[in-house]
Amino acid sequence: MIEVQHLTKRYGPFTAVDDVSFRAEPGEILGFLGPNGAGKTTTMRILTGYMPATDGKAMVGGYDVQEQPIEAKRRTGYLPETPPLYPEMTVRDYLDFCARIKGVPRAERTTRVKSSMERTRITDVANRHCGKLSKGYKQRVGLAQALLHNPDVLILDEPTAGLDPKQIIETRQLIKQLGGDHTIILSTHILPEVSQTCNRVVIINRGRVVAVDSPENLTGRLRGSETMFLQVDAAGADPIDVLKLIPGVTQIRIADSKGTVRGIEVESEAGRDVRRELASAVVNRGWGLLELRPMRMSLEEIFLHLTTEDATVASPDTRSAEVSVE
Amino acid sequence: MNNIVAIAQKEIRSYFASPIAYVVIGLFALMFGFFYYTLLGLFIEQGMRMMGMQGGPTQNVNEQMIRPLFLNASVLLLFVLPMITMRTYSEEKRSGTIELLLTAPLTDFHIIMGKFLGAMALYGAMLAVTFVHVGVLFAFGKPEWIPIVTGYLGLLLMGGCFISVGLLISSFTRNQIVAVMATFAVFLLLWVINWAGPLTGPRTQAVLDYLSITNHLDDFTRGIVDTKHLIYYLSFIAFGLFLTARSVDSERWRG
Repeated sequence: MIEVQHLTKRYGPFTAVDDVSFRAEPGEILGFLGPNGAGKTTTMRILTGYMPATDGKAMVGGYDVQEQPIEAKRRTGYLPETPPLYPEMTVRDYLDFCARIKGVPRAERTTRVKSSMERTRITDVANRHCGKLSKGYKQRVGLAQALLHNPDVLILDEPTAGLDPKQIIETRQLIKQLGGDHTIILSTHILPEVSQTCNRVVIINRGRVVAVDSPENLTGRLRGSETMFLQVDAAGADPIDVLKLIPGVTQIRIADSKGTVRGIEVESEAGRDVRRELASAVVNRGWGLLELRPMRMSLEEIFLHLTTEDATVASPDTRSAEVSVE
Repeated sequence: MNNIVAIAQKEIRSYFASPIAYVVIGLFALMFGFFYYTLLGLFIEQGMRMMGMQGGPTQNVNEQMIRPLFLNASVLLLFVLPMITMRTYSEEKRSGTIELLLTAPLTDFHIIMGKFLGAMALYGAMLAVTFVHVGVLFAFGKPEWIPIVTGYLGLLLMGGCFISVGLLISSFTRNQIVAVMATFAVFLLLWVINWAGPLTGPRTQAVLDYLSITNHLDDFTRGIVDTKHLIYYLSFIAFGLFLTARSVDSERWRG
């Protein structure tokens, strides 16, 4: 549905997007993740036909956005970073205008406007001026505008920015619902959003794709070793001496201690489960085992890992990620 | 065509939703009324004086009253039209709504023509206010109507030139103050460009005279529609809109 090949955008000497390639299948929700200034917005603007690429190709619904912009734009709904509202228009008039320029036939216009407003829950502000709305409503009017012509592809630039927690949850649910019959690309720098809404993630940094995968695989793949966290009440004894004797344990350290309770991080060889041994070692001594859980690398850590410069794991991973996408 | 109309309607609506339309029309009506009042006063005074002498030259309301009125009105456009065009592109760029237009299935031509026609419609409404003044002359005298019609046509065309330049300048900047000042400066320059004529050779003078935007209005106010002037105005408008299209396109590349 969306196919991006070797996309590059340069502003003079500055390269904003550097040889980016990815694709999104019909019905898929693709998360576009990266720190501010990574090139997310630029890539989206190229995909929507707002600006041309310096090099490379972007296809939407089988149409090249540069060669057949009108056809591609007909199939794209776009919510820019700042919702493009005319402050002096009422929400209804604004959506009616948008429907007109998006080529919605006159006969369907009223019903399309109505259903868009219902989906984004803005019917109650239909007659208010766009300029007088709160940030949350503005964002949702922008989303309604993107849905108007029932496009195959939705491109949403930070759709939850500026919303309150309740609205964020509602918007995420709406995006998930839409995912079935639309292909969605959404950009964000909020990580839980990605793991909650997206089927696949493209992590981008300094204009380059550093990883493409599902959120689960990303969290799994980067774990070179297993880490367990346990909380032990050793009643004055030193649990480390005991635990380090367990076979498979490579590293051990005290993370915190409160009174006689110690929080301990135990690292073991990859693929080796030492939970049973840890538990029995503690219990056999008569100590209290208060907590035992595996420490997964969170998406946050992966993200930091991939987007900081001394990330040594990132480069081989990138290659395998790109191969897996093709 | 539907797209052009949609954009034009949106433009007109935003003019009337902001104070701009009212200020522009109000100021224009006020100043036009002042010119009308003084010219009419002069005309009547002259008429009184001529009643005394027999067989003197007869008075002509078209030549002595309406023509100067149109020429004065053209000076007003210099000040008023930059206010109409200043926000056309600047405001969309500042508020980000330009992203809506450029990512909708529209061509640049649709957007530019829509904006041009929207501005022309407001300008037309502004001129329409002066029908009242001219109508009064018809009520009390017998002016010829052809020079009046062609005079309005001339004003409309000249305003079209200014608006096309205004659109171009508005597409350069997201700051409306910069747009209005730069537009005013360019209008003024187009106005007086032939003043430099006598300082240059006769050939350059002819070129500058041709370029000066007001020289072409004179024949229209006399009731003459010369293709020479029509072509000048229409090609000027087309060129202005073409440059605007280039400017919008290059803005895209620069991002």
